Amino acid sequence: MKKNINIDVHHLTRVEGHGNIKVNVTEGKIEECKWEVPEAPRFFEAMVRGRHYTEVARITSRICGICSVGHTLASVKATENALGIEVTPQTKILRNILKHAENFDSHVVHVGVLVAPDLLGAPSVFPLVATHGDVVKLVLKLKRLGHEWGSLIGGRTTHPTTVVPGGFSRIPTEADIKLVKEKILENVEGIHALAATVASLAPKIPAFDRPTEYMALHSDEEYGLYDGCIQTIMPDGTKEKYDVQNYKSVTNEWVSPNSTAKYTKNKLSSYAAGALARFNNNYDQLHPEAKKLAEVLGMKPVCGNPYLNSAAQVVEIAHSAYEAIRLIDELLEVGIKDEELVAPTKFSTGAGATEVPRGILFHEYTYDENGICQGGNCIIPTNQNHANIQDDFDKIVPELLEAEKTEEEMTLALEMLVRAYDPCISCSTHYLDVTFVK
Amino acid sequence: MSKPKVGFFDFASCEGCQIELTNYGDAPFLELLNHIDIVEFREAMSEKADHLDIACIEGSFTREADRARLESIRARADIVIAYGACAATGGINGLKNHQEDYKKFVYGKDADMPHLDTQKAMPISAAIKVDYSVHGCPMDKYEFLDIVSHLVHGKEPVIPNHPVCMECKLNETICRYQEGDHCMGVVARAGCNAPCPADGIPCEACRGFVDNPNEKALKKVLMENGGLSEYRAENKSRMFTATLRSDA
Repeated sequence: MKKNINIDVHHLTRVEGHGNIKVNVTEGKIEECKWEVPEAPRFFEAMVRGRHYTEVARITSRICGICSVGHTLASVKATENALGIEVTPQTKILRNILKHAENFDSHVVHVGVLVAPDLLGAPSVFPLVATHGDVVKLVLKLKRLGHEWGSLIGGRTTHPTTVVPGGFSRIPTEADIKLVKEKILENVEGIHALAATVASLAPKIPAFDRPTEYMALHSDEEYGLYDGCIQTIMPDGTKEKYDVQNYKSVTNEWVSPNSTAKYTKNKLSSYAAGALARFNNNYDQLHPEAKKLAEVLGMKPVCGNPYLNSAAQVVEIAHSAYEAIRLIDELLEVGIKDEELVAPTKFSTGAGATEVPRGILFHEYTYDENGICQGGNCIIPTNQNHANIQDDFDKIVPELLEAEKTEEEMTLALEMLVRAYDPCISCSTHYLDVTFVK
Repeated sequence: MSKPKVGFFDFASCEGCQIELTNYGDAPFLELLNHIDIVEFREAMSEKADHLDIACIEGSFTREADRARLESIRARADIVIAYGACAATGGINGLKNHQEDYKKFVYGKDADMPHLDTQKAMPISAAIKVDYSVHGCPMDKYEFLDIVSHLVHGKEPVIPNHPVCMECKLNETICRYQEGDHCMGVVARAGCNAPCPADGIPCEACRGFVDNPNEKALKKVLMENGGLSEYRAENKSRMFTATLRSDA
């Protein structure tokens, strides 16, 4: 039967920022199938002009309240590259523990508050307080852990205070670090309980397969998160590495005549960033406990089901908890020293990258001889995923039509697909939002 | 007010103030839900409501196209709270207000596209009547509880109008100026308990100015005591207080 379908989801709920889904099928023929981004532009790259290098991360942190730790870290790393600053090993390890806190924290919100309602058949987390009180309590408890863990190192988790170019403005004490470890250990059981809950709901995660190019940071020393080079993995498993300073040649921002958001691409028409991209690139370096969870969730690299990004987040929740404990032990063994900030040695242009919960993030700045910023460029993961979401739409909509899904079922499938990417549209520093007359 | 119906809305912002709501921990948050009924919250829920006792609005008013949405929220809410710095003062978004070429700088040849037609970032009070403000970037989640608690009990919330310096003195935090740094705490609205100077960084006045700030003295102190160049001293207060400057 030739079907008519009209899906128009204006301001999709349970995502950060504003996005629309539009699908129009007339007598079985797809007329329109679009992922749109109508967020108000905020012009951060222009805002940093004229500001002193000590202020820049404090400004660009405000790009996103959910991944403000990551924006701060990418920003100070870019500034440090531009200013010829090499931070100390202690700074790197502390920032790494802080980065793990953010990924843990954000993944808990995404899996527990934004995705869980879809899997449990509720419109939001609030009705779950009555029906699944234990799950809600557990999620709030783990969220609090992420917040305390990050705050003990970064001062706070929404717009951290202590992370500055050259090091830390206030170095956490050994007691702080021990407390972080203690709090994580108290919650290990809860982390496994959350993973078990998601595993029990895994049959509700749609089966869909569209392997793409996956981009993430890679480090030889650990599962790439705070630092590393750019790496991509293709559906056949071939990997290629790139220097962060050449990020523009890997992201290749472009404007599609058929779409609303600014797209990126590397080897294919789109690539994916995020937990699944990290999992596919760096699976071998996951903590053994996280690998065990991946097995329970039935995940192996290269995994081509974008819906499983949420499952990859669960794997990373465990990885971050266990890795943070390992890093804290490493730090406590040598002891925490009081260190001065490392001073600039030059003023030039530099880029920095870090993995935020939603994927690889790039910042770049240019400074004049007085340390005043001349301009910046930020490429955020959600923008890098827009083209990939559109390509997923182009494959899944015909499949859903073929399977004779109702309009309601299709809407849920598409909403869940976008949500799986955990888009953080408020992050979007620049994109193009054009409505085309058909 | 018996168990008010509360909604959360967002405009140009980072949504970090909304995220702060998830940071209370399980017991305090579930207790909060015993006193307020969250009925609409796009970032977290798919449900919608008609009438609201309290609407919490995050984000700045940056484009005329958003006026109608703000007005419709105002029309169905008894009380509107400007939720966080972007809504209360324009916040960080005002940092571009003095620039003429910001669109061109970010978007180049696409700068004139209609969807980029933004105006100066303004507090939401530029479009609708605001009853109360929770200041700060991010807003202080305990101050928010305090304000909601006052409203639930039918009391007027007290919004501080003294400078951050007072809080540093009470906390025995060494003054940033004593450390060879600069600071906006001399004119910044207190109420956050001054976490930034305690963490070794200057106050950036994210909660806005106290009423009637002495801007001339601020510039002088930033230069003479803080060692800033005239250029930096002049521009320092554009970061979070651009819309409150006398030249705004």
